[in-house]
Amino acid sequence: MHTIAHHLTDPILTAYAAGTLPEAFNLVVATHLSLCDECRSQLAAHEAVGGAVLEDAGEAVMSDDALDACFARIASSPDALIRVGHNHHAKRKGGLFPEPLRDYVGGDLDAVNWRPAGLGVRQAILSTSKNASVRLLYIPAGAEVPDHGHNGTEMTLVLKGAFRDEFARFGAGDIEICDPNVEHTPVAEPGEDCICLAATDAPLKFSGLLPKIAQPFLRI
Amino acid sequence: MAVASKAPRRSGEDDLQWTALLLRVRDHQDREAFARLFRHFAPRVKAFLMKSGASPSLAEDCAQDVMATVWQKAHLFDPGRASVATWVFTIARNRRIDLLRKDRRAEPEDLPWGPEPEPDQAEVMELAQDTERLRAALQQLPEKQRLLVERAYFGDLSHSEIATETGLPLGTIKSRIRLALERLRHEMK
Repeated sequence: MHTIAHHLTDPILTAYAAGTLPEAFNLVVATHLSLCDECRSQLAAHEAVGGAVLEDAGEAVMSDDALDACFARIASSPDALIRVGHNHHAKRKGGLFPEPLRDYVGGDLDAVNWRPAGLGVRQAILSTSKNASVRLLYIPAGAEVPDHGHNGTEMTLVLKGAFRDEFARFGAGDIEICDPNVEHTPVAEPGEDCICLAATDAPLKFSGLLPKIAQPFLRI
Repeated sequence: MAVASKAPRRSGEDDLQWTALLLRVRDHQDREAFARLFRHFAPRVKAFLMKSGASPSLAEDCAQDVMATVWQKAHLFDPGRASVATWVFTIARNRRIDLLRKDRRAEPEDLPWGPEPEPDQAEVMELAQDTERLRAALQQLPEKQRLLVERAYFGDLSHSEIATETGLPLGTIKSRIRLALERLRHEMK
């Protein structure tokens, strides 16, 4: 497998561990983590900080019958009996998309509902809460990534192919995290079409090329 | 609200004790072991949720919920990858996301692992010691910085506000977990 060269940053890992990233960023982070053991172990370390914070958060007195009430919850839960089958997580069966992304798309690459985004680029906006947005981009080999000017944080994860910008080359599994005001011009490398998952917390700018019929679906 | 005792601890000993109790819950549905975990963690989860903005009654309800999840998901606990406190934290965090934000949270693909082969005892102990070192380092941070870390984990800071590194020694615990992941990957083959 391609060696991942560009990883998640500490502040993003802290925010993901703390559970404060917008949903759209969560999806990109979870997808990268599914591909990258390095970041997965980083995340576990950031979660261990959460464990330490919990240990030292102080104690708030529980009601007298809390433990009994908790046992009652356990007994009445439909999950109470589903405790066997340790290896219930099947290994990913081929395909391009890691599981978290497949959950949002409702399938793998062939299930994506692509829309033209101009200059041969196609995109599919995935449904998340509105404080940030996430979309799949299909960039033909050699083409420029459109609409990449951003006022917020932007995260771009390469799933297939590669792109270059002024800073580096990003191949499959790599993630580029750009702060607001970073200007760059990502271009897909020649030879192979590039598929990315990109999230931003800046308001989306819709070009006139986007079919009006898609707009209700996009939940703007 | 009472503040947790800051009495000195032998390195990692408490963590190992919680781990042993959770394994008894996992393997034997041991109610007494669970009761001891509950008495330690439920008040902390409640305090954590209150500091995250939940009312006392909501935090109580959710703390019970989190602890019920600890029982139900005990089979997913891997002592080679996380301390009990860390694992309980992730459950409480996810509950808070459901509750306060109503967002969906994408989780990384699960690695398949089973109850066997267990990580060896030395591995678990070293993780416990790393965890304890991390906690001590957190307590020794300058107060301003420590409060910032706490606020981040209580959900009080946005990702753009968490601009600086925490200054915590994450390196050792990270490499420990990296080894545990490699073990899992190896077993998958």
